[in-house]
Amino acid sequence: MFWKQYIKEMEQLGVNSIGIVLLISFFIGAVICIQMKLNIESPWMPRWVAGFTTREIMLLEFSSSIMCLILAGKVGSNIASELGTMRVTQQIDALDIMGINSASYLILPKILGMLTIMPFLVIFSSAMGIGGAYGTAYIGHIMTPDDLTLGLQHDFIPWYLWMSIIKSQFFAFIISSVPAYYGYTVEGGSVNVGKASTDAVVSSSILILFSDVFLTQLLS
Amino acid sequence: MIEVKNLYKSFGEKEVLKDISTIFEDGKTNLIIGQSGSGKTVLIKNLVGLFEPTSGQILYDGRDFVHMSKEEKVMMRREMGMIFQSAALFDSLTVLENVMFPLDMFSSMTYRERKQRAMDCLDRVNLVGAENKYPGEISGGMQKRVAIARAISLNPKYLFCDEPNSGLDPKTSLIIDDLLHSITQEFNMTTIINTHDMNSVMGIGENIIFIYEGHKEWQGVSGDIMHSTNKKLTDFIFASDLLKDMRAAILKNE
Repeated sequence: MFWKQYIKEMEQLGVNSIGIVLLISFFIGAVICIQMKLNIESPWMPRWVAGFTTREIMLLEFSSSIMCLILAGKVGSNIASELGTMRVTQQIDALDIMGINSASYLILPKILGMLTIMPFLVIFSSAMGIGGAYGTAYIGHIMTPDDLTLGLQHDFIPWYLWMSIIKSQFFAFIISSVPAYYGYTVEGGSVNVGKASTDAVVSSSILILFSDVFLTQLLS
Repeated sequence: MIEVKNLYKSFGEKEVLKDISTIFEDGKTNLIIGQSGSGKTVLIKNLVGLFEPTSGQILYDGRDFVHMSKEEKVMMRREMGMIFQSAALFDSLTVLENVMFPLDMFSSMTYRERKQRAMDCLDRVNLVGAENKYPGEISGGMQKRVAIARAISLNPKYLFCDEPNSGLDPKTSLIIDDLLHSITQEFNMTTIINTHDMNSVMGIGENIIFIYEGHKEWQGVSGDIMHSTNKKLTDFIFASDLLKDMRAAILKNE
């Protein structure tokens, strides 16, 4: 039963978020590349700079931190409202009466599912961001694809990829556990479920931003 | 049999249950009645362990539920079934999956056996044909019947129902009452129904406990109500002019 829930949560929270992650990452990758090219371009700058900065921004900040902030909105409100509705409609009480540890049954698969799927989302996001940058090169002709490739390959530090994944694991825990707490402890009716959902998104976003500062300092 | 001894429950300064002592017998439909806010739901939530009593004892066939360890309570709850006021079906599961849920969690049956048992339970509540529907696609009465099927799927010894007729029309209420009554006798369960439906009281009340402002005001069977001299009880049961006139007419004819 646990594994069934675990797979279901991975699908619901992670796989169903792939679309929005890819879409946003593609356009942000493209926009970063354009901005870098237009604003940093100078005869003194090497031609690979736009590609290089796009890769670094996508890998170090966007795909781990900003993407998790976006997911805090999507996944966080989903978790808080689902558990909150289960609480006010007595579905959680029904689980407790059956002798099931409702917190363990409902929340643990969400946290583990999110932790499992998050590295894939980070990698997909980074790859799609770079895809967006290539889009500006091939379709928008902002720069040549060769210059972009040169920048993307310049001075690559593999640790940054691990850093991004490690950070995202902390954020995945925040995204799943904080809204689960708010949803599980709701009292009252639908108004309280809505409030819990909003509070969950705000709290997890703030926690992500704070922990991002500490984790970046710690891991750099 | 469930025995309640000197049960008290307070929320902060507010004392909601005051010195409740009673016995809920096997094979009988035990009814808890009383006005809204009198403490009926708090009493049933204390019985199933959703609330912790302030003091007192709850004995399930002699086993003290209040002082059991967490693990013992979990085991004990597997002998209980509960039907909530809102039915509390799992939205994301079909009717069949809802009924199979307790079996999936606790039985060692094969999938085929679990499905057969769930279908038998659905057949018992006349819901064969609705097994693939979701709770949102069926009526309130059907949801209550699914909740009954789910509650009896593990053959519980104790069945608790929190206002099973609320929000249902009189005819559907009677169907639910008859179903609960027949299931109680069929499986010799200790059934406790929390209600303020007068049809239920007069129709299936084999042991009725009247709660008034948190204490047990009266206990008896449905036949005693007509002749009761307890003013609080008669004011509650025969609240409308129509029922008052009916009672007067019946007593006059006797």
